[in-house]
Amino acid sequence: MAEITAPALREFPVAPAVSPDAMAASKPYVATDKMQEALGFPGALPEDWHDRAIAKLGEMVGKYRGLRVYLDACVHCGACTDKCHYFLGTGDPKNMPVARQELLRGVYRRHYTLPGKLFPKLVGARELTKDMLDDWYKYYHQCSECRRCSVFCPYGIDTAEVTMAAREILDSVGYGQKYSNEIIGKVHRIGNNLGLPGPALEDTLLGLEEDVKEDTGADVKFPLDQKGAEVLLITPSADFFAEPHVDSLIGYAKVFHAAGISWTLSSKASEAANFGLFIGNYDQMRAIALRIREQALELGVKRIVVGECGHAWRVAYSFWNTLAGIGSGGEDPFARQLQSQLDHRYRQPTHICELTWDLVQKGALVLDKEANDHRVVTFHDSCNVARASRMGDEPGGQFEIPRALIRAVANRYVEMRPGTTHEATFCCGGGGGLLTDEILDLRVKGALPRMESLREVADRHGVNFMATICAICKAQFTKVLPYYGFNRSMVGGVHQLVSTAIRLGAKQ
Amino acid sequence: MAAILAGLLYASAAVFVAGLAWRIRQYATTPAPLKIPTTPAPTTRGGVAVRLAREVVLFESLFKASLWTWLFGWTFHAGLALVLARHLRYFTDPVWDWVAFVQPFGVYAGFAMAAGLAGLWARRFLVDRIRYISTPSDHLMLALLLAIAASGLAMKYVAHTDIVAVKSFIRGLFVLQVREIPADPLLAVHLALVCALMLVFPFSKLLHAPGLFFSPGRNQVDDPRERRHLAEWAARLETK
Repeated sequence: MAEITAPALREFPVAPAVSPDAMAASKPYVATDKMQEALGFPGALPEDWHDRAIAKLGEMVGKYRGLRVYLDACVHCGACTDKCHYFLGTGDPKNMPVARQELLRGVYRRHYTLPGKLFPKLVGARELTKDMLDDWYKYYHQCSECRRCSVFCPYGIDTAEVTMAAREILDSVGYGQKYSNEIIGKVHRIGNNLGLPGPALEDTLLGLEEDVKEDTGADVKFPLDQKGAEVLLITPSADFFAEPHVDSLIGYAKVFHAAGISWTLSSKASEAANFGLFIGNYDQMRAIALRIREQALELGVKRIVVGECGHAWRVAYSFWNTLAGIGSGGEDPFARQLQSQLDHRYRQPTHICELTWDLVQKGALVLDKEANDHRVVTFHDSCNVARASRMGDEPGGQFEIPRALIRAVANRYVEMRPGTTHEATFCCGGGGGLLTDEILDLRVKGALPRMESLREVADRHGVNFMATICAICKAQFTKVLPYYGFNRSMVGGVHQLVSTAIRLGAKQ
Repeated sequence: MAAILAGLLYASAAVFVAGLAWRIRQYATTPAPLKIPTTPAPTTRGGVAVRLAREVVLFESLFKASLWTWLFGWTFHAGLALVLARHLRYFTDPVWDWVAFVQPFGVYAGFAMAAGLAGLWARRFLVDRIRYISTPSDHLMLALLLAIAASGLAMKYVAHTDIVAVKSFIRGLFVLQVREIPADPLLAVHLALVCALMLVFPFSKLLHAPGLFFSPGRNQVDDPRERRHLAEWAARLETK
């Protein structure tokens, strides 16, 4: 493994000088043939990979308007060039969003546009050589699909869509990524990303019940597979045992307990994450989403609530209605089947922050803000929540509701520098299927912009807790914070703060 | 020479219109299977219209991204829009009132347009990131636009052309007559370059103009929980 080094924090946040091939050695492990074939992809590069890849590109351009427009519309204006955290952290020019897109766009030009066929050199059209394919593999796995660049593009060109298309093509020629594809296989086989089987999950939840009883004296339940529950909670499986994730799971359970809402987890759909998004594969994304539909139908729940997970909330909020009819307003029989069962006085699906904030506004929870006084809190907007979803009824609710919730449970709250939060938030550096240790160097470097703004509020205001609502952000920061001289335990969930502040009846 | 220019203008205008119609049809008929607006996004169609209008008129996202690029880009495009409006006097008779009104502004706009282009071109040399991503065609496109602006300005300030005759020539083309055109090399160059621009439009990055209106990141309504959004090919998966 390459040496892992954190870049120095910059005094002024200016773009680094271009440093070609700085990250040319960064490459995640390739999926084995078994992992590939389990998802219906070829096990290894076939002889006719070139023609297959070109055909796949043509197919995708015909199926996705976004991809077609994005490949045509770029004028190389450079607006995005200093917006990517991986470019800011590495200086590798292929990590500039436009240059990353050009890897695919050049090949599209060569094969699907007239000038590219006639004058390839002139318009930057490129052949799909094996070297180019390797570049795709490397640099489309140095994009966390965070969409920060799309905020600044004058045409809204979304590099995440281009990255997803490239990964889909790579999968279709047997060149998939181990981390994502192995995990997708586990979701299908076992029900969650961690490969935690039903009985183990049950044990874990019983253990949590005992812990909470010991801490608070209250009989907070963590129900599993309970038919007829009001709420089905879909949460990232990291919440079941990883630190600090589990503290937020305890927070959700306390909220349900305090509000008297019956709820359940599902052993068969014990995972909110949907890595089908990361690899840009509609069928996989749909298959993973359908598990949740099936469990909602089987358990007969009235509401579906999603725990703290960034990309999962994107898939739930933006795509579940499309993929699996989980939402409202469906007219077709497939959608009606589930939607007639759900209670549409509530948003379907609901984010756990929406649910808790509604309860806070109704005065349904007893909160002791002082319990969080040992913390000076800041909030890290997770990219998929910030730029690809919403909470509440107003645009921007995805920023306001988690902040309102934090302010309701903690007295000391500080914002990080404008331009690094809200829609301009920086990725943690580990999203989009990159949370794997063989590319830790990239992850550390990609965290640079966030670490800079955190350092600023830590030095000026004594911030010692960065709250976030994403399982990947939590895992990534826990890993990279020490490289920048921070304590790894200063990252945690919003419901971890709720958990600290909430007062349960039994204790009084 | 009138015949050659007339032929060129007809041919390039035909390629421009037909090519652009073909590309727009392609964008309109390619499905957008998933809701992917960059949020926060408007929750109504009216809100989306406002969002797009702000992008088209103000270049809002570019403004947030880079002040220099915005300044040069916006100056060029606003100048171009005024210059095009000013050129309507060659097409209409009598000249519409508002076209008459913008004439004096159109003159300054010609300089603004050239200045904007020069600024954009300078960035391609001076900023290492933009130098890295620039292709030969990016430079050629700027050269083409700058040459059109320069030849046009030259006819106004250096060597006047008989614009009454030019107007007669242009108006003639609308009724399929090839009338006399001043034998002015600047004019010939100006018109030939405009033809080149029309020819490359449907096949080049100039597609950013129609592209913006079809960009799902900008034109989609943020209402996926309230409405089920299903592309035809995605709906077919449910009947399997």
